[in-house]
Amino acid sequence: MSEYKKLTEQDLAEVAKIVPRERILWADEINEEYSHDELTATPSYPDLVVRATSAEEISGVLKYANKEHIAVTPRGAGTGLVGASVAVEHGIMIDTTLMNHFLELDEENLTLTLEPGVLLMEIYQYVEPKGLFYPPDPGEKTATIGGNISTNAGGMRAVKYGVTRDFVRGLEIVLADGTIMEVGGKVVKNSSGYDLKDMIIGSEGTLAFVTKAILKLLPLPQKAVSLLVPFPTLAQAIRTVPLIVKSKATPTAIEFMEREVIMDAEKFLGQSFPDNQADAYLLLKFDGSNAEDIAKDYDAVAQLCLEQGAIDVLIADTDERADAIWKTRGSFLQAISGSTTMMDEVDVVVPRNKVNEFVEYVHALQEEMHVRIKSFGHAGDGNLHVYILRDDLDEEAWEKVLNDTMEKMYAKARTMNGKVSGEHGIGFAKKPYLKEDLDPAAVEIMRGIKKAFDPNNILNPRKVCFD
Amino acid sequence: MEILVCIKQVPGSNKVEVDPVTGVLKRNGADSKMNPYDLYALECGMKLKEQYGGRVSVITMGPPPAATIIREAFAMGADEGALISDRAFGGADVLATSYTLAQGIKKMGNFDVIICGLQTTDGDTAQVGPEVSEALDIPCVCNVAKIDKVEDNAIFVDMEMAHEFEQLKVQFPCLITVKKDILQPRLPSYKLKKATEKREIAVYALKDMEDQDKNHYGLSGSATQVQRIFPPVSDKEQETWTGTGAELADKLHGKLKQLKFIS
Repeated sequence: MSEYKKLTEQDLAEVAKIVPRERILWADEINEEYSHDELTATPSYPDLVVRATSAEEISGVLKYANKEHIAVTPRGAGTGLVGASVAVEHGIMIDTTLMNHFLELDEENLTLTLEPGVLLMEIYQYVEPKGLFYPPDPGEKTATIGGNISTNAGGMRAVKYGVTRDFVRGLEIVLADGTIMEVGGKVVKNSSGYDLKDMIIGSEGTLAFVTKAILKLLPLPQKAVSLLVPFPTLAQAIRTVPLIVKSKATPTAIEFMEREVIMDAEKFLGQSFPDNQADAYLLLKFDGSNAEDIAKDYDAVAQLCLEQGAIDVLIADTDERADAIWKTRGSFLQAISGSTTMMDEVDVVVPRNKVNEFVEYVHALQEEMHVRIKSFGHAGDGNLHVYILRDDLDEEAWEKVLNDTMEKMYAKARTMNGKVSGEHGIGFAKKPYLKEDLDPAAVEIMRGIKKAFDPNNILNPRKVCFD
Repeated sequence: MEILVCIKQVPGSNKVEVDPVTGVLKRNGADSKMNPYDLYALECGMKLKEQYGGRVSVITMGPPPAATIIREAFAMGADEGALISDRAFGGADVLATSYTLAQGIKKMGNFDVIICGLQTTDGDTAQVGPEVSEALDIPCVCNVAKIDKVEDNAIFVDMEMAHEFEQLKVQFPCLITVKKDILQPRLPSYKLKKATEKREIAVYALKDMEDQDKNHYGLSGSATQVQRIFPPVSDKEQETWTGTGAELADKLHGKLKQLKFIS
């Protein structure tokens, strides 16, 4: 029996005093979409969905939920992979997708202030024509910035630029009791007390509700060149990655991909990949102010790859060429998903000099566990995306092989001082693995923090590290 | 088989701006690339060579920096390249350009098949290919969507028409212009780039041509003159609607009905 209140018509009437009824979804009005994210195994419906348009509305709803002890689940575009935006305790879901406005572009401070429901791809479209650059580049471009902040999303440019956390200067948040406050700001430096902003980033909606964000922007690099490097084997490709890192070159991305996944993507997109001579590829991207400078930057890396047995180094120096590759790379998740009946993922991150060892381990695991495993990922930052595919396994066999395989992968990552999630978060699905990973003292501190922010435990309950 | 691919250097960005006062295209010299359509032509050439043997040559016309795209073609596997470059060729329209290219091609050698991209991203006329064939007095097939085979000194192609494909057998020597997406173009190879760094590129000026009459080239050889270039006025109308899924669906239904897309 849940400790949370099940909503009634009476609650609906009360919430409708805060948010107009037409922006509330109740009972049959709640679309199936709201019961899951991109990868949820067990759907769960909220009792009520609020399509909020302001911090004041969210404040009102939270105040009410806090008083009535109703679970509140935040939701952006629902593109998460670990169930963080699934209402496992039902209650109220607050959908931020109508809060999708750009509020201010401050070119003197190079900041962009926006609402949490703005989509990632909208940010790029908004800032890039103005010569500005928001570097975090997760594969899922239809995710909201609110969701990205909640998971501290990373993406493909992390090698050079860092992750979402590195590009959030300030937040407006609503606390569980309805208090609206700002943390951080437009300042570049900040040594003023505990950094609550950084605590909110990556907290997956368990500490506070993000209603506004101030993002840091950079000048847009004028030119980018991608290198697609075919290798005879995955081992050769992946063993080159630590050497590239060590070479002090500054690629924005180092990705690895295998022929099989590329073929899935070709099928999914109905478009062929520009090269098919190899079983494994590294994909690197360099950016800078002009083609000549970039060529100088990548020359040593190209030589290094050839020394390590690369078949060639292919140069994608125009938008058309880069698109043909990156579009394929961007579709891997959907393509793999389309190649099987069901799948689950592991998003571990290991120190960069261990990435080859981990990938080779996973590769060998396929045979040992008798299950198809596909992987690709951000080799350059040690963050791998590994997918375990169900294919035609029955329920029982699938559960077992999935759990055993995951167990093995996380255990392996632990021996390398890796972490459970590089960028997708813990949500609901990865809780058991985080638990095995965390120092009990750290869990205690997290509990204390949770209590300080949300004493009645209404914000996204049973997520991250809470039972 | 002797294959020639005609290539052109175009602005690097597709978002070309026109100076509103002078009406001249704002070309940023530093940012240029091979015409994307030509990549398909070059890929067709490379595939023919791989399948039937022979050599792929490339030719371009332009100022000296246009040699960059010949180097790029080398990195994609082309064997030989020539640059047609002379001040006397400047300001050429489609007719004079085609004539100059034809003269350059004659100078360069005899080819079984000449492949051009359907059009360029800066001129967009799609006329240069056919006019080159006219100047060379060889058959031409435009809008080729597929190359089937080479046999009996002829190439078999599918030409896309408005409502159907026509399968054609064209005797060598001939010229074809190929559509975008006919094949996925390969990427330039770093290895080939290094290996061909010092390969010579032939440069043809007016004095190298069979016809050295200045009046047939450049501005004076042009039958047309550009009066003005201006960006097209967009007739796109955009409306932004907000609301719930149900409201938006209703509204969209109403709009489609109003526009008579549905009844």
